[in-house]
Amino acid sequence: MAIRTAGEKQLKGEARELVEMSWDPITRIIGNLGIYTKIDFKNREVVECKSTSSLFRGYSVFMRGKDPRDAHFITSRICGICGDNHAVCSIYAQNMAYGIKTPPLGEWIVNLGEAAEYMFDHTLFQDNLVFVDYCEQMVKETNPSLLRRAETTLATNSAIHGYRTIADIMRACNPFSGDLYREALQVSRITREMCCLMEGRHVHPSTLYPGGVGTVATPQVFTDYMVRLLKVLDFVKRSVPMNDDLFDFFYEAMPGYEEVGRRRVMLGCWGAFQDPEVVDYDYRNMNQWGRRMFVTPGIVVDGELITTNLVDINLGIRILLGSSYYDDWQAEETFVTHDPLGNPVDQRHPWNQTTLPKPQKRDLDNGNYSWVMSPRWYDKRTGDHLALDTGGGPLARLWTTALARLVDTGTVRATGQSIEINLPKSASLPETRLEWKIPRWANTIERNRARVYFVAYAAAMAVHFFEQAMGEVRAGRTKVFTDFEVPDEAIGCGFHEAVRGVLSHHVVIRDGKIANYHPYPPTPWNASPRDMHGTPGPYEDAVQGLPIFEENGADSFKGIDIMRTVRSFDPCLPCGVHMYLGDGKVLKQVHSPTFGAGVSG
Amino acid sequence: MTTTQTPKALDEVHILWTSEGMSCDGDTVSVTAATLPSLEDVLLGLVPGLPKVHLHNKVLAAETGDAFMAPFHRAHQGELGPFIFVVEGSIPNEKINGEGYWTSMGNDPATGQPITVNQWIDRLAPKAWAVVAIGTCATYGGIHAMAGNPTGCMGLADYLGRDFRSAGGLPIVNVPGCPVQPDNFTETLTWLLYQAAGMAPMIPLDEMLRPTWLFGKTVHEGCDRAGYYEQGDFALDYNSPKCLVRVGCWGPVVNCNVTKRGWMDGVGGCPNVGGICIACTMPGFPDKFMPFMDEPPGASVSVAMSGAYGAMIRRLRAITNKAANKEPKWRHNRRRLTSGFDPRWGNG
Repeated sequence: MAIRTAGEKQLKGEARELVEMSWDPITRIIGNLGIYTKIDFKNREVVECKSTSSLFRGYSVFMRGKDPRDAHFITSRICGICGDNHAVCSIYAQNMAYGIKTPPLGEWIVNLGEAAEYMFDHTLFQDNLVFVDYCEQMVKETNPSLLRRAETTLATNSAIHGYRTIADIMRACNPFSGDLYREALQVSRITREMCCLMEGRHVHPSTLYPGGVGTVATPQVFTDYMVRLLKVLDFVKRSVPMNDDLFDFFYEAMPGYEEVGRRRVMLGCWGAFQDPEVVDYDYRNMNQWGRRMFVTPGIVVDGELITTNLVDINLGIRILLGSSYYDDWQAEETFVTHDPLGNPVDQRHPWNQTTLPKPQKRDLDNGNYSWVMSPRWYDKRTGDHLALDTGGGPLARLWTTALARLVDTGTVRATGQSIEINLPKSASLPETRLEWKIPRWANTIERNRARVYFVAYAAAMAVHFFEQAMGEVRAGRTKVFTDFEVPDEAIGCGFHEAVRGVLSHHVVIRDGKIANYHPYPPTPWNASPRDMHGTPGPYEDAVQGLPIFEENGADSFKGIDIMRTVRSFDPCLPCGVHMYLGDGKVLKQVHSPTFGAGVSG
Repeated sequence: MTTTQTPKALDEVHILWTSEGMSCDGDTVSVTAATLPSLEDVLLGLVPGLPKVHLHNKVLAAETGDAFMAPFHRAHQGELGPFIFVVEGSIPNEKINGEGYWTSMGNDPATGQPITVNQWIDRLAPKAWAVVAIGTCATYGGIHAMAGNPTGCMGLADYLGRDFRSAGGLPIVNVPGCPVQPDNFTETLTWLLYQAAGMAPMIPLDEMLRPTWLFGKTVHEGCDRAGYYEQGDFALDYNSPKCLVRVGCWGPVVNCNVTKRGWMDGVGGCPNVGGICIACTMPGFPDKFMPFMDEPPGASVSVAMSGAYGAMIRRLRAITNKAANKEPKWRHNRRRLTSGFDPRWGNG
């Protein structure tokens, strides 16, 4: 399992003929992303890929000097689909800085809200955004022979999900007209209502605070949540086998398809869902309570779980530059020389980062080309700066949790090789056990498959959290908020899993105000450009070396597998394809047939 | 400034939507939660009388890259037909950053460099039948226009001018909120589509260009915790179901309907469910309301007054409530009827 880099595969005796193609903006994602590729059509391979984002807002700049208690309200606005993840992560960091913990019922409420967020977000993204790449209309345009085969391929699990053939599943995914597409919109609404019951509103919560929540913890609020959960369980139980049928068909119908979007297994997960029995938000105990989270934090490299220790994870984070529109901060102030355990903290760690934006022209050839920095994880064993990815979030969460074998709630059990998910009886389907097994590859299909399994994981966890919360309510322990004072000097860090994966917030407080604040969501990891060592970011790496299965030639090429690969990471940003010969001379420009006459600025 | 045209009924409308401003895409995501009406109701033509709608929105579009950008270019060349231009995200100041850019959408085919969102606004706003700003960022600048921000960003009316008029003769329509309340937006859009179809008069907007029927009342006027306020009974932390004014709620001075309407189909909200109002729909947001968790300065006066008067009222009500909690004395299981009816069969 080698990392493939562009040009590594030297073709003997012939120069490559490269066609440069770009898609800008990439749609059906959140935020601004551009993808720039060089494709060798003769040898059916994508040779080079660069990922760019063209949006800068500057949170870490304008948060300086503000009251730390405003941080979760502000950072929620970083993202319009997972803002609540930021709010929660910020509260974890603030709890650490203020030296407080949330009452148990408040913690269960946050977990219930976040479980609903995963269910909402993954459903909307998978069925309304990703599946348009697998729908009948799209497959007809990119791989007509595949669609013909799908028409005559019976779906293995049709008894559960009701679609007779694979093509029937594809038809159900057609935008706005497909049954599955429309049902998913409804499910995304019910699950958002569940989120609102716990966190007030979506996506920027109103009832979350450091120290707890303002949610009125009556029996009614939990009943209202559970009734809605039961309403969507049938959908979840049908979705998993339906996704399996569709994805297995792709492997079977196109031998070698496992190479699409494949990269070396280098997955990061920062853990989700605190256990109030152990969490005290004290940095010195972070390893202990981190390992008790209901999604286990960890880093998996080449199939091996190299750590589950949040302190190690924290200390290894490095923010590198190399292709980004910023000046370096090596000569700037060091805010945190040592962590509370006495470990030295690197100048490239988020605690010590100073953001120095430097707007400039985009130079995709050999200069800076993105507003995204290049987060990496320093592997002490090898001295490598690893370009970890999150696999879109679910793949890394399931993989680390499965290997760590620490989670066992009855509704969810990690076995070492797999995760068992047990869902209760629902309106039309009986009690159901699903099992996600560690896949052979980290590729496009497995990222997407993991997503639907994680919806089931979140649903099963919600059942457990509901039982724990009701236990507190029935015992009369309805306190949900702990009062606190903001210290003059403090540091804090929050680790959480946003929907798309790893999320960290690092805060430094001086004179009772924010002196430094750096949120690192998953997309900077996934969408990062090449760093100072020349290491490509995960999208770039996953697209480079991608084999071409699309049946269109260069003149009508849609880049469907490039799109599927980028979207499998569930991007939260902006992206673009033109034609070059090997020496960089433009052969011709390719645009969509509907593109109007030349436009100048 | 374009001249006002005579309105004529449109039977087909494109919606060109850019969320490539200083945005988080939260308003687009929020609109997928709407049910009154839902997005698919509008797009599938289920609302009687509306024109046929073609939506061009990055988050939902089937097309990508150049194919997605094509209608934007066609609109710029005047070849698309009537369209509503929806802007999401704050508008950065692109005059301050030399050769760089703060945010862009698509590339200029001639130069290969990004086309800034500001260029798109310059191109499309004057040609649009209507221009709509969705979310507090696009309306007034919002969180990204906070003190100390590096991009110098602003709202759409700051950029285009308050007296801007679209090709259809409309002022900018502002639908603030962070994010926008889902149904507030689809309802505003529905009005505009009725107007485009010639079935509704000019949309009624207030001086901050907000639809009057959605933003004419305050959070407090629709809040079910206002009764506690009147009785001078305030929450002192977030464990309480009482009025949150003393722990950060700005509801009494904020134009927003969420407490009355709920967040989704009546579920959720802000102070009505324990979340302080941080004034996210307002032009002064966020700077004029921070630190959010502190009592608003103006609240202390009214709290003192309602504390004095409300405490007395609360005691008097407690007495009446005690009486109201007792049943009348003729409800009993004794051998004699005492309800006041005089029975003819003999009684007791």
